[in-house]
Amino acid sequence: MMDNKMIVEGSLQSVEGGFSFLGRLPYYRGLGLSMIEDIQVTVDGTVQPREAVRFAVRGRTYTLDEMETVYDNRWNFGEKATIIVLNGGLTPGAHAITFAVRYRVSYLPFVPTTKDTKELALAA
Amino acid sequence: MSSAIKRGVSLYSYQNETFQGKMSLEDCIRTSAELGARGIEIIGEQTFWGWPEYGAADADVDNWHRLIAQYDCVPVSHDFMLDYKRYKGREMPFEEQVASVRNDIDFGARLGMKYIRALVSIAPEVLVAAAPHAEERGIKILIEVHAPLHFDHPWIIRHAEAFEKSGSDALGFLPDMGMFLFAFPPVWKERFLRLGVPQAIADYVVKAYEDRVLSEYVILNVQQMGGTGPAIAMAETLRHNAAFEPKRMLDHMSRIHNIHGKFYQMTEDYVEPSIPYDEIVKVLQQGGFQGYICSEYEGNRWIEDAEEPNSVEQVRRQQVMLARLLGETEVPSLKTPIAA
Repeated sequence: MMDNKMIVEGSLQSVEGGFSFLGRLPYYRGLGLSMIEDIQVTVDGTVQPREAVRFAVRGRTYTLDEMETVYDNRWNFGEKATIIVLNGGLTPGAHAITFAVRYRVSYLPFVPTTKDTKELALAA
Repeated sequence: MSSAIKRGVSLYSYQNETFQGKMSLEDCIRTSAELGARGIEIIGEQTFWGWPEYGAADADVDNWHRLIAQYDCVPVSHDFMLDYKRYKGREMPFEEQVASVRNDIDFGARLGMKYIRALVSIAPEVLVAAAPHAEERGIKILIEVHAPLHFDHPWIIRHAEAFEKSGSDALGFLPDMGMFLFAFPPVWKERFLRLGVPQAIADYVVKAYEDRVLSEYVILNVQQMGGTGPAIAMAETLRHNAAFEPKRMLDHMSRIHNIHGKFYQMTEDYVEPSIPYDEIVKVLQQGGFQGYICSEYEGNRWIEDAEEPNSVEQVRRQQVMLARLLGETEVPSLKTPIAA
């Protein structure tokens, strides 16, 4: 659900050492950060290493490994988190971004991965 | 004559709009109130950012009470989640689960709720252990009986037995009407067709559902018809859904306090093509139910790949249907459009 609304249109930006975009959890509620098992970002067909990904909400930034033991913060329903990828940066212009999230849901008998792909433009 | 059964809305119904910030909490409550659906149910952590990990802000809770009063609504249920898989690789210990439920009991009371909803996968022992705290706070904990589970399933019977043995009237059931799925929902079929399921297979699955064929036979037949991927997934929905009978609620009426008015689609002529609301309302009236039927629109996820859901219109149609079935003379209608 809300798969096609995960990546926020027009949100691609350059940051020091890489790029960022805004992402939402495709779910009818939020989740505590310890239940986000993985965030995988693919740029123009190239999967970015897990170690290069950072997740930021409300002024706090985490690596994906750190998130696994964060019990006092959450990715709220519809909340736009900043997904940062420290890959050295992107060239200006259009890029195909795929954003895949694997999350642990207590009541589900499986661990879902949901993804969205959008073409986002990086301003020169 | 109007019925003792009351109408409400679970704000889950408006998720497509609230997720995108197109409807505020005030829009949700005002819309429901205008439709005469004055019972308001929420998933606490959907409506209140922060809950439970870093808590709901007092200002947000004050705003909730202000809106409930302003629109003359009634807080019905806080649906809690209890993430017992919070820790990677190990389940949350029993005492911590009970403490977590107590925390949600307190939150329900803070919101003025009568009930809190427990997901069906929670163990009866956890709820029984939390019951004394619920009694103190004037809250009932209702386990949601939801497809594929149903009132004759051993897991639900275990809950019923544990509730009786506890002697507590703070434990009960919240049946989700999706378990009475008497026809394969058209919006499901259309979605599977868009995913590439051959028409002949889609037609077969719908007919097999109508004929009440055992899910495993349907899956095998679809495989033998050459079905792969989405065709198998379509057949597998029969593992998780079945046309159980609404009258199975009658044995449990003393513990049924709230109803999820699940629906996947309301047509322009006010019909839910897959869930038998006429029969459901008759059974609830026969059982003396006096609580709320809360709209729970779940068609959004089945159509969003093709069109933007219009949750408000879908809820309006269901409320018109419910008002009719309950013998109300006034037709629910909206007065205030939602600002885009």
